Amino acid sequence: MTELPHSIRGAADLLRSRRTSALELTEAALERSHADRHNAWLHLCDERARAQARTADARLKLGDAPALTGIPWACKDIIGTKAIPTTAGSRILEGYVPPYSATVVERLDERGAVMLGKTNLDEFAMGSSNENSAFGPVKNPWRTDRVPGGSSGGSAVAVAAGEALFALGTDTGGSIRQPAALCGVVGMKPTYGRVPRWGVVAFASSLDQVGPFTNTVEDAAIVCEAIFGKDPNDTTMVTEFPDDDLQTDLEKGVKGMRLGVPKEYFSLKGMEPGVERAVRAALKVLEREGAKLEEVSLSLTDHGLAVYYIIQPAEASSNLARYDGIRYGLRVEGPNLLETYRRTRGKGFGPEVKRRMILGTYALSAGYYDAYYVKAQKVRTLIKAEYDRVFEKVDALVTPTSPTVAFAIGAKVNDPLAMYLNDVFTLPVNISGLPGISVPCGFSDGLPVGLQIIANSYQERTMFRVAAAYERATPHHLARPEVKAA
Amino acid sequence: MAIDRSVVEKAAGLARIALTPEEVERFTGQLSVVLQAVERLKEVDTEKVSATASVLPILDVMREDEVRPGLSVDEAFANAPRGGRDGEFFRVQQVLEDRP
Repeated sequence: MTELPHSIRGAADLLRSRRTSALELTEAALERSHADRHNAWLHLCDERARAQARTADARLKLGDAPALTGIPWACKDIIGTKAIPTTAGSRILEGYVPPYSATVVERLDERGAVMLGKTNLDEFAMGSSNENSAFGPVKNPWRTDRVPGGSSGGSAVAVAAGEALFALGTDTGGSIRQPAALCGVVGMKPTYGRVPRWGVVAFASSLDQVGPFTNTVEDAAIVCEAIFGKDPNDTTMVTEFPDDDLQTDLEKGVKGMRLGVPKEYFSLKGMEPGVERAVRAALKVLEREGAKLEEVSLSLTDHGLAVYYIIQPAEASSNLARYDGIRYGLRVEGPNLLETYRRTRGKGFGPEVKRRMILGTYALSAGYYDAYYVKAQKVRTLIKAEYDRVFEKVDALVTPTSPTVAFAIGAKVNDPLAMYLNDVFTLPVNISGLPGISVPCGFSDGLPVGLQIIANSYQERTMFRVAAAYERATPHHLARPEVKAA
Repeated sequence: MAIDRSVVEKAAGLARIALTPEEVERFTGQLSVVLQAVERLKEVDTEKVSATASVLPILDVMREDEVRPGLSVDEAFANAPRGGRDGEFFRVQQVLEDRP
């Protein structure tokens, strides 16, 4: 099978020098995606992709085409796509075909990017292993008996296995960064409120953001530039949009920058020694590049998990109330309307979604609302304040993305708390609304490890600057799994 | 906090989710473990702290009230469950009793 170029930037150069065409790239990507053996895709839309590629080729001939013109990409199946099935990984939405596209999809369409299809995910993005999909688990291309992480597992795999040049995912507590780490690619969650969520299936609305999976840091900045910015259809966005040119500082290096190393991120029980080794080695690299490392304290890190597992299911239980079998999706009729609701939702939702609905409903119910939901919102205030204080002293934080490498499929499915612990390093970033990126930083037992870089709100440029400096100094982002054809 | 089956049954009722007895049993154990873990929040003093619902400092977001194209009736009904459309209405089961 033909290999895709390593990066968007590389492909864009080939397209402009006529050494390849958008149609050729698209055919190669479709061939590789159809041969995928990791269950990464739920739907491939060949004809639509070819039509987009032909249009892209015409546009490239005219010159002045945007960087993403003709670039094949993969869309997490929680992002609505007009006339293309969108399931959110759930039986309750099986067969649902949105009558409109999400703003992020429209923006990529306008720029001439070529959407190959929709990728597998944990049902409604609830999971850290992609085992909660109603359409079967996704396998990690580095070792197929391992999970790819989640919830955007299919998107991570599509990029890691060289099937697409970038992918979109959503990140509510780590659902982009954690699978990126476990699959050895770049994954980035923007500052809360920078990317429109119009047309994206809502999970936990005070935490969800859309973001990219890519092979390089520069590519992540290119995709972010395309999807960032105000949308009149989304009322939950920031009103000011600073530094839209996200590539400006990529080459600047880290010399003289102050990077914080939160000690609580290294004292977690359950952190694998191989992960710690790889991350400590990455810190040394950044130091050698001229950064000043400072140990900082984020004392509430441990409590982030508790805050997250109250707020997130509470918001989800409210958002998912809309799946009632009346206007769209599955309907299982009972003897009366109430029974129809109960049976539809009992049949349509998988176990993890049910657990979170019950947990969220309980935390919001009379008598428990103050003790759980309001308490968690108050601790959220304190966690955010702790990050605010740390960012008075340092430019960015450098941490592990996940405490472990990819674990065995089936290892944690019956232990929700063990599964939730995967997100302990990523979810405080959502709680605080900050931007975070995971970049490959080596291997432990032959499986990829991710380095997380967190910046203050709206400081994506600083985050990309540190990530790019690390990437330039190491070869880890070039490593690719050996992918066997089906 | 350890919870018993009745708590799970009550919350599932409020969430309008039918559970099998096996699910009630399993979720009771699993959610007890999760609730015990979140109990730790009690250790944090929040007496003088206000709650954060969103990290964005936004209040009212306005836009011009302009006429824009929307979905056609057929588009809006295109995903209705089988038998769920009746002309320009979604068909649902009767909720009010007939008058005597």
